[in-house]
Amino acid sequence: MAAKHFPVEAGHILMFARSVGDPNPIYSDPDYAKTTEAGAVIAPPTFVQSSAQFDPDYFLRPKIGQPWFGSGKNPTGITRAPGGGGGGGGGGGLHAEQHYEYHRPLRAGDVLTATPLPGKTWEKEGKRSGKLVFSESVTEYRDQNGELVITARGVGVRTERPVEQPAKA
Amino acid sequence: MALKANALKVGDTHTARLVEDLKRTQIVQYAGASGDYNPLHTDEIFTTKVAGYPSVFAHGMLTMGMTGKMLTDYVGDARLTKYGVRFTSQVWPGDTLDATATVTGVSEDGGQKLVDLDVSTVNQDGVVVLSGYAQARVD
Repeated sequence: MAAKHFPVEAGHILMFARSVGDPNPIYSDPDYAKTTEAGAVIAPPTFVQSSAQFDPDYFLRPKIGQPWFGSGKNPTGITRAPGGGGGGGGGGGLHAEQHYEYHRPLRAGDVLTATPLPGKTWEKEGKRSGKLVFSESVTEYRDQNGELVITARGVGVRTERPVEQPAKA
Repeated sequence: MALKANALKVGDTHTARLVEDLKRTQIVQYAGASGDYNPLHTDEIFTTKVAGYPSVFAHGMLTMGMTGKMLTDYVGDARLTKYGVRFTSQVWPGDTLDATATVTGVSEDGGQKLVDLDVSTVNQDGVVVLSGYAQARVD
């Protein structure tokens, strides 16, 4: 994920925390947050995934005036859907792995830059979905002073066919 | 409320229920907050008719985010130094998830005490949907 300007805003943190079912007031109440060790509203551990909102080219967001592969009048808005959709940190297919290293707490008011670094690609034969192509991406999140806040490493997997589901008992 | 290194031992566990009967609406909430609008997570028609899955399914990152709540409730806020996972099985609407952190080690690095944890999230059938690790600063 690349983002030149990723403002970490309190309202966004509140919505993100809600969406993962976390009512901890450190994500929403500045008065409470002041009394904690962190001293301010901080972001939940996986919050930087929402840098997608600030990546102008992020391919899993509909763009004005461009075809979108989700349903409308027809089950898909484009003639040929990408195999298995997209997703995750690895640039396509399903999300296989995600890793974070935290160098300091991320606080509301920080302004991040997300810089993607090149990662590896490898293949494997899967039992439930045919050939698997894995691709890794490393993203450095730096603050307004250029200080490294979080290092993220995502692995995406592109499958040959949809993942087979085990029969329900 | 940080953990105390001298009160931790290898094998200690902390378990929390993350969600009961996961709703499609929560997946929509996560899509909106995270910015990942992949129709596989919110568009039943696309997902069943075009992608070939039985229904929409949760973002792996929603499961990682919910599991992160279990971790920060256990180790304290702003205490994590590392958190990484593999998504081992899909999470579907209707699923009930429980997450467990297990202490695998307590160490000290340059005067900072650290706890290492195994992290695992399972669904109502006992299937592991997320498997990983975390490390946190402790007192």
